Amino acid sequence: MKVIVNIQLKEGVLDPQGKAVYHALLALQFDEVEDVRIGKQIILHVENENREKTLKRVEEMCEELLANTVIETYSIEMGD
Amino acid sequence: MKVVVAVFPGTNCETDTKYAFEKLGASVELLFHKNEKLPAGTDLVVLPGGFSYGDYLRSAAIAKFSPVMSAVIEFANRGGSVLGICNGFQMLLESRLLPGAMKRNQNTHFISKYQHLKVINNNNTFLKKLSIGDILDIPIAHGEGNYYIDKVLVKSLYENEQVLLEYCDKDGNEENPNGSVSNIACLCNRDKNVFGLMPHPERAIEKILGSDDGVKMLEGFLK
Repeated sequence: MKVIVNIQLKEGVLDPQGKAVYHALLALQFDEVEDVRIGKQIILHVENENREKTLKRVEEMCEELLANTVIETYSIEMGD
Repeated sequence: MKVVVAVFPGTNCETDTKYAFEKLGASVELLFHKNEKLPAGTDLVVLPGGFSYGDYLRSAAIAKFSPVMSAVIEFANRGGSVLGICNGFQMLLESRLLPGAMKRNQNTHFISKYQHLKVINNNNTFLKKLSIGDILDIPIAHGEGNYYIDKVLVKSLYENEQVLLEYCDKDGNEENPNGSVSNIACLCNRDKNVFGLMPHPERAIEKILGSDDGVKMLEGFLK
């Protein structure tokens, strides 16, 4: 089963990359852009025994390695 | 005085670090990251600069699970002295031996240059040979040195004399190369045995190469 983990800097934590891209977009006259935040996406292929168990395991992965919860938040999308 | 310098895949400052401590008279051993134990009689562990595991995922995110790191964490928790320089500082943050986290530099560039630093606290092993207010000139070289910690915790860092160095200009006025909260360049834990900094004191130990301001810093660890 495919599990998608999205990781982003927490709200309120300034995102230097997002800021740089925001300014570049304004320079290209995309004036409608109000803000840019950049995150990362990690796609896992996991042996699927039990959806609930898998979700719990992926949460553990996020807490231990995939995200740094001092500055980042994560969300998990379970595939089919 | 026995210094152990841990070497991870992608570390690139281990030889400079060894050279610096040997020049100061210490015996230095390079220890590969697969070792699960520190050599007997280790007085100081240095986590040197570089790009451990290619900085994949986040700087130092993977290094913290190397076999040697559990020995380093245990050593630190028993009161042993640990110094993390640049990528080594990031390892100390990732393994929660020091509080906070690193973000990409504010200007998103890799910054490599000499940078002035001001001594904020010297009531610790590392900076005891320096005086509060001293200005140092030491190279920095990093892409993710934008130190982040929340407002409440940063206050407690100052109250507990855990902020050791701040970035500044040559006259000691405020200057911030990377966006770090409160211009913080170097900090220690509450017990004052774990030290982390982004600047490279080991690259500033020969006057002929630009600066020897790193000598007085590293000397603090000597017995």
